[in-house]
Amino acid sequence: MANKTFDYINEKIREGKAVVVTADEIVDLVEEKGVKQAAKEVDVVTTATFSPMCSSGAFLNFGHSEPPIRMTKIWLNDVPAYGGLAAVDTYIGATELSETKGMTYGGAHVIEDLIRGKKIKLHATSYGTDCYSKTEITTYITKEDINQAYLFNPRNAYQNYNAATNSSDCTLYTYMGTLLPNYGNITYCTSGQLSPLLNDPYFRTIGIGTRIFLAGAQGYIAWEGTQHSPNHVTIDHDKMHHYGGTLAVIGDLKKMDAQFIRAATFDRYGTTLYVGLGIPIPVLDEDMIRYLAVRDEDIYTQIVDYGLSTRSKPVLANVNYKQLRSGTVELMGKQIPTAPLTSLKKSREIALHLKDLIAKGKFLLQQPVQQLPGQREFRPLREEEVKG
Amino acid sequence: MTKRIKIFLYFPPEQTEKPLIHHLIKEYDLMINILQAEVKQGKRGKLTADFEGNDEALRNALTFLEGLGIKYKIFTKSIIWHEDKCIHCGACTAVCPSRALSMNPDDWSLSFNHDKCLLCELCIPACPVNAIDKDFSQ
Repeated sequence: MANKTFDYINEKIREGKAVVVTADEIVDLVEEKGVKQAAKEVDVVTTATFSPMCSSGAFLNFGHSEPPIRMTKIWLNDVPAYGGLAAVDTYIGATELSETKGMTYGGAHVIEDLIRGKKIKLHATSYGTDCYSKTEITTYITKEDINQAYLFNPRNAYQNYNAATNSSDCTLYTYMGTLLPNYGNITYCTSGQLSPLLNDPYFRTIGIGTRIFLAGAQGYIAWEGTQHSPNHVTIDHDKMHHYGGTLAVIGDLKKMDAQFIRAATFDRYGTTLYVGLGIPIPVLDEDMIRYLAVRDEDIYTQIVDYGLSTRSKPVLANVNYKQLRSGTVELMGKQIPTAPLTSLKKSREIALHLKDLIAKGKFLLQQPVQQLPGQREFRPLREEEVKG
Repeated sequence: MTKRIKIFLYFPPEQTEKPLIHHLIKEYDLMINILQAEVKQGKRGKLTADFEGNDEALRNALTFLEGLGIKYKIFTKSIIWHEDKCIHCGACTAVCPSRALSMNPDDWSLSFNHDKCLLCELCIPACPVNAIDKDFSQ
């Protein structure tokens, strides 16, 4: 088969002739027809996830008041936003907590409320300058009123992540959910065989500039995500365990749909943002189909003990996502119940929605302008004694 | 009139060796669905169950239990799952001891089986999007 190019596939999308399937559907299709035939027939495979992603936030520009103010300290619905940019620019981060409501409302909720078109209370103070004389402002904003509002998430779409359990005798409240004592449960967080970076493990088509579906809008991959440290190990002879790749993504908040994004509070941990993300992967050749045909049973993760409050937590077992999805996993001779944190139902909705957009010619593929790094060391923070 | 109640029983040590459920079924004609039980012979016992039966028979059964020194609490609240708010993530299933909250393995939607619910309320704070609540109005 002659390899396909982005241009060739885009031409088919424009003509409404592209064959698009989801990363779930491709599994059966490859089983039924084989790699060769599937690579020939299918042009695009859609991947998606709807997961909590703490490293999310939005840049906003409010416009200038009369007289103008150089906002130094900024609050949106009592949630502090960053004031260290130009006069009326800010960044609101998902995990920042409300100064009046605590963990029940945070930056993530401000972002969701903005997307829903709700009025947000803006309060800002300043020391006042010759060019910006105003020292305090309290008003309301909506996404329609302000100049720019774009989501810029420094780290989304983790390629693979640990599953979590708890050996201690206390309940632990974590970003991996509530972990019951004495190995009472195991939580995991992925859309597995539907997850973007598990379907393109070597970043052949997902790179800087890739057009993506971001919470209902068309967004882009801006950079490698923070903590991007792609790596892989071999498990059980030929099974590859990939982990560590991440994406920084950007998209127009004004065009987003609250159906595909949701603020969340993890009990006694804090706030975070469930982000709906979809990435189309072009079937360039047969190798690509082999990656795309990955199944939950081929994807491994490590069960890690969160009972120890250290940076390097002990790995208790390697398991695949089919085992985790079965509802129980055997650990220490005991059947332990498992629970997901990613909404697979919403992830599937996004993959199907993106498939529909592409099939109707409403979403074109963008070839990356630069590949993501294939190797990156994941460094710890080295602490040094501070003098004086 | 047939009535159904969800009840929590606390047995003193001397009652842990008697076939209480047998009496409740046989003498009061109750339908009993045990949801959770922890009975330590000679020490104490705890039992959560659904009792269903004739209104009067239920009242008599409770009097019978009182006579044996068994303390009980009838649950008057219930857990409410707001499906419209739910994102079907599954975080609540991690803490549900009776699997009343579980994932449907076909479409990975959350399902809530009221009959299995022990009213422990662990799911309320565990839900990241505030889609689970309790109702005292019943």
